[in-house]
Amino acid sequence: MTTAFVSPGIPAVTPARRLSPLGGLRNSFTLTWRSLLKMPTNLEDLFSLSLTPIVYLLLFTYVFGGAVSGSTHKYLQFSLPGVLVMSVVFATMGTGMMLNADITTGVFDRFRSLPIARWAPLAGAIFGDAVRYVISIGVTLGFGMILGFRIEATPFAAAMGCLLLLVFALAMCWFSALIGVLLRSPQAVQGFGFLLMFPLVFGSNLLVPTATLPGWLQAFVKVNPVTYLTEAERALLTGGPAAGVVERSLLWTLGIFVVFAPLAVAAYRRRT
Amino acid sequence: MKAAWQRFVRDLTAASRSISRMNMEDVPYAVEARGLVKRFGKTTALAGVDLTVHTGTVLGLLGPNGAGKTTAVRILATLLRADAGEAYVCGYNTQRDAHQVRQLIGLTGQYASVDEGLSGTNNLIMIGRLLGLSRHQARARAGELLARFELSDAAGRRAKTYSGGMRRRLDLAASLVGRPRVLFLDEPTTGLDPHSRNEVWAMVREMVADGTTVLLTTQYLEEADQLAHDIAVINHGLVIATGTPDELKAQSGRQVLEVTPVHRGDVAAVAALLAARLGAAPEVSAESGTVSAAVENGRLLPGIVREIDAANIELAEFALRKASLDEVFLTLTGQPADTSATTETPELNGSNR
Repeated sequence: MTTAFVSPGIPAVTPARRLSPLGGLRNSFTLTWRSLLKMPTNLEDLFSLSLTPIVYLLLFTYVFGGAVSGSTHKYLQFSLPGVLVMSVVFATMGTGMMLNADITTGVFDRFRSLPIARWAPLAGAIFGDAVRYVISIGVTLGFGMILGFRIEATPFAAAMGCLLLLVFALAMCWFSALIGVLLRSPQAVQGFGFLLMFPLVFGSNLLVPTATLPGWLQAFVKVNPVTYLTEAERALLTGGPAAGVVERSLLWTLGIFVVFAPLAVAAYRRRT
Repeated sequence: MKAAWQRFVRDLTAASRSISRMNMEDVPYAVEARGLVKRFGKTTALAGVDLTVHTGTVLGLLGPNGAGKTTAVRILATLLRADAGEAYVCGYNTQRDAHQVRQLIGLTGQYASVDEGLSGTNNLIMIGRLLGLSRHQARARAGELLARFELSDAAGRRAKTYSGGMRRRLDLAASLVGRPRVLFLDEPTTGLDPHSRNEVWAMVREMVADGTTVLLTTQYLEEADQLAHDIAVINHGLVIATGTPDELKAQSGRQVLEVTPVHRGDVAAVAALLAARLGAAPEVSAESGTVSAAVENGRLLPGIVREIDAANIELAEFALRKASLDEVFLTLTGQPADTSATTETPELNGSNR
């Protein structure tokens, strides 16, 4: 009994000088495992993750459908790709909130007192979130099809559409991570995050055609990455010329990642 | 030519480093800090702290809230960088060799930092895996520690459902997964009931018996008195006294006389008598009817006894005892140990940063 706690006989008698990058990746996977384990226990999150797209779809299809497109079915074909983008973009807020909770509850203090890669907790959280985005995409697409949405492009194109969404979400969540590390409480992260996300999401052609908007708003809509992503999704799911918009979406994705990932890591290192 | 020269310099540096490391491992101190300074904005949390902990012993870092205890621990455990000064754990610099230091230490913070969304078992498996144990080893170690901390029954439940004491025990178990050589315990028993507190104390003793070095912060003098081989009293970011508990008690250079008359009616007379003899107003406890006063000269005692006898006062108790750590603390810091418990301290802000 007593010998179980003896310090002598510690595995590392002479501690290792540094951790290999492979070791860092292993740390990240352990932490991914951690966030996946928590997912089924975090019912609120799972609920909001899967119910929000359903509510969006129902509301938008039946409230706006008639007014914007003349028929709910026609509108669904137009709006579902937009709702996909919206759900995924809003789901990225979870990354920041969970990171913030980990920092404020002291869980990250424990991680930082361990000989693991400094970036592993961030990477682990984000790998774990990829699963959340897949759920969000699956629920939106599945429920949309129940409501009558039809994929008109090839299955390959549709799969590419889902992949593009996932990649975009994995870039956006670094922005969320940045807010999560900078702000004081999970509530603040949520409030501030949505404040920034709303104009980004709704100031686009996600729910209405660009042509119906006033000129000054069109100017914003036309540079908004969400617009490009929505158009790319429309092209990949319901057919149409995809080449230009997919490239622009990918460029935006890369841009967001290149700017916010280093900022988030830097802020994380500073705060912790 | 240039490359060869660079390689030679590099080898030489590596060699000299490993020599100095060997020397460092011979040092008798498991923890050594020199001149630690830390500021948070305008608040100075540490104003030049020196600390040494002998290998295999317990150092109690004692001080009121906001004294800088947590900040000091966070620097030693590589969570914070000092603005000035340096610290070594087992000879490794906490800033330059942070990765090595982290392989040697365990940390239990002031607030139990367990993952509330995970079960007790999974919390410990996660730490084990992060420390490089195999799946099997991590699970075995988790089971072993849960059993030791009487958490086996709750092992499968989420930590969110644990009581405060259980959570603290899980936190402690988490800091032991890697069999640390140096253990930092930041107020390990704050908020625990007496039973859990005794459990934690037993654990600490057991680990010290096994050769672990412990640095624990506490506001409870009794805790320091019970566990620590050495005590460092810290206040306003400075170490104001060090020594063994006995040395500190002796250092205050005084003893306390306690007199309890049988009849409550005599309390006032005893108090007046002591005041006249010792030259200072004694303290009177209304509940027990005990009159106590500091005594600097033991030769006054026989006279006091004679006078009490002459006044025909019957005594229940007449005792001379050493000053308690409480009184030492009061003398040193000018405030009792358990004041200002509710004010938010700069340490707290620091830990949230």
